[in-house]
Amino acid sequence: MVTALDINTSRERARAWAAASVVPDPEVPCVNVEELGILRSVDVVDGVAIAKVTPTYSGCPAVLAIELAIEAALLDAGFEARIERVFSPAWTTDWITPRGREKLKAYGIAPPVDGTSSRMELFGETRVSCPRCDSQQTEKLSEFGSTACKAQFRCLDCGEPFDYFKCL
Amino acid sequence: MASNSELIDVLVTLGDDHLILGHRLSQWCGHAPMLEEDLSMPNMALDLIGQARNLYSYAADLEGRGRTEDDFAYLRSDREYRNCLMVERPNGDFAHTMLRQLYFAAFMKPFWERVAAGSDDRLASYAAKAVKEVSYHVRHAGEWVVRLGDGTEHSAARMREAVDALHPYTDELFTVTQPMRKAIEKGIIPDPKDIKDDWMVTINLVFNQAFLAVPEVAFPQQGGREGLHTESLGHLLSELQYMQRAYPGLSW
Repeated sequence: MVTALDINTSRERARAWAAASVVPDPEVPCVNVEELGILRSVDVVDGVAIAKVTPTYSGCPAVLAIELAIEAALLDAGFEARIERVFSPAWTTDWITPRGREKLKAYGIAPPVDGTSSRMELFGETRVSCPRCDSQQTEKLSEFGSTACKAQFRCLDCGEPFDYFKCL
Repeated sequence: MASNSELIDVLVTLGDDHLILGHRLSQWCGHAPMLEEDLSMPNMALDLIGQARNLYSYAADLEGRGRTEDDFAYLRSDREYRNCLMVERPNGDFAHTMLRQLYFAAFMKPFWERVAAGSDDRLASYAAKAVKEVSYHVRHAGEWVVRLGDGTEHSAARMREAVDALHPYTDELFTVTQPMRKAIEKGIIPDPKDIKDDWMVTINLVFNQAFLAVPEVAFPQQGGREGLHTESLGHLLSELQYMQRAYPGLSW
């Protein structure tokens, strides 16, 4: 049976989610925390919004900034806020939403290639498309890029160097 | 909290390995042979220091005496550090640094994989994250060892020197302390001897492609797990801990 209280709670939860989910990633501001898949859930218990956030990498220096931004967004929406950092299950690039992938590509960052997370073994190769011209003729410049979550590639057709959002 | 004392010890030991190696890698920042590596080494350092923070924070919570991750990192002397000697070795040349990274990461990958399936939920959740990160380290360091070992005569000679210098330190990765023994019995961490085969497979795979031979080691180097370190650790800590030692309690 659905009670009035349940409806009220789910409405509040939706409102809290709407407020928290639009917080942009500070290092890749074209995507927000929902699209990146790092905002895992938002619950409202006794008027307190509890947001669960998971880091992309253990040492991601943006984690605290992201948590504070989500807290501020929830406070702005009139909630008391609590942020919980969760590690399990571990974040995977599979959680980046289709919309998030489109935005990354439009921003010039090649989104993670589906199903490549299993190819992290030694000497594994990943075929990455150029976010500018869609060419498959690309080469890896460096396993590590401007942030922990990215690698550097170069397009052999249009010559553009670009970031690739690594599969994890 | 007597029942937790072994786990605290294991967490701090692991944390020390990661913090010290992370700090060593960070020392390359601005000095790497090429820009891409100038990015890669601080990136790996960030992974390791992030993992150390998780481990120290967990230890601090279990201890319940109000200490934080910072107390473990900044306010212990060299004799209180339990890291293996290999991670404190000076960076040497790029060949030394990449080989050390391969040795360590090739050990930690199967280690974390088993911890992730182990009996302690909180440590398992950190391990699941670390597995993904350390996989990249194995691959990156492994590729460099091949590139240098199978490179020019000069690069191959430098790589062989690195193997001779560092291989004697690899044994210590597999030593088991008393607290580790307890954690192994509780199913929290694997017995290192059970991951030796995995480690050897990775090392052999890379060495074969790099035309390197695994040397016979007459005198394995150890002592770090008992707090007996080389002089290098003291120098490293004097840099790492400078701010908290000069201005106790400083925060920003």
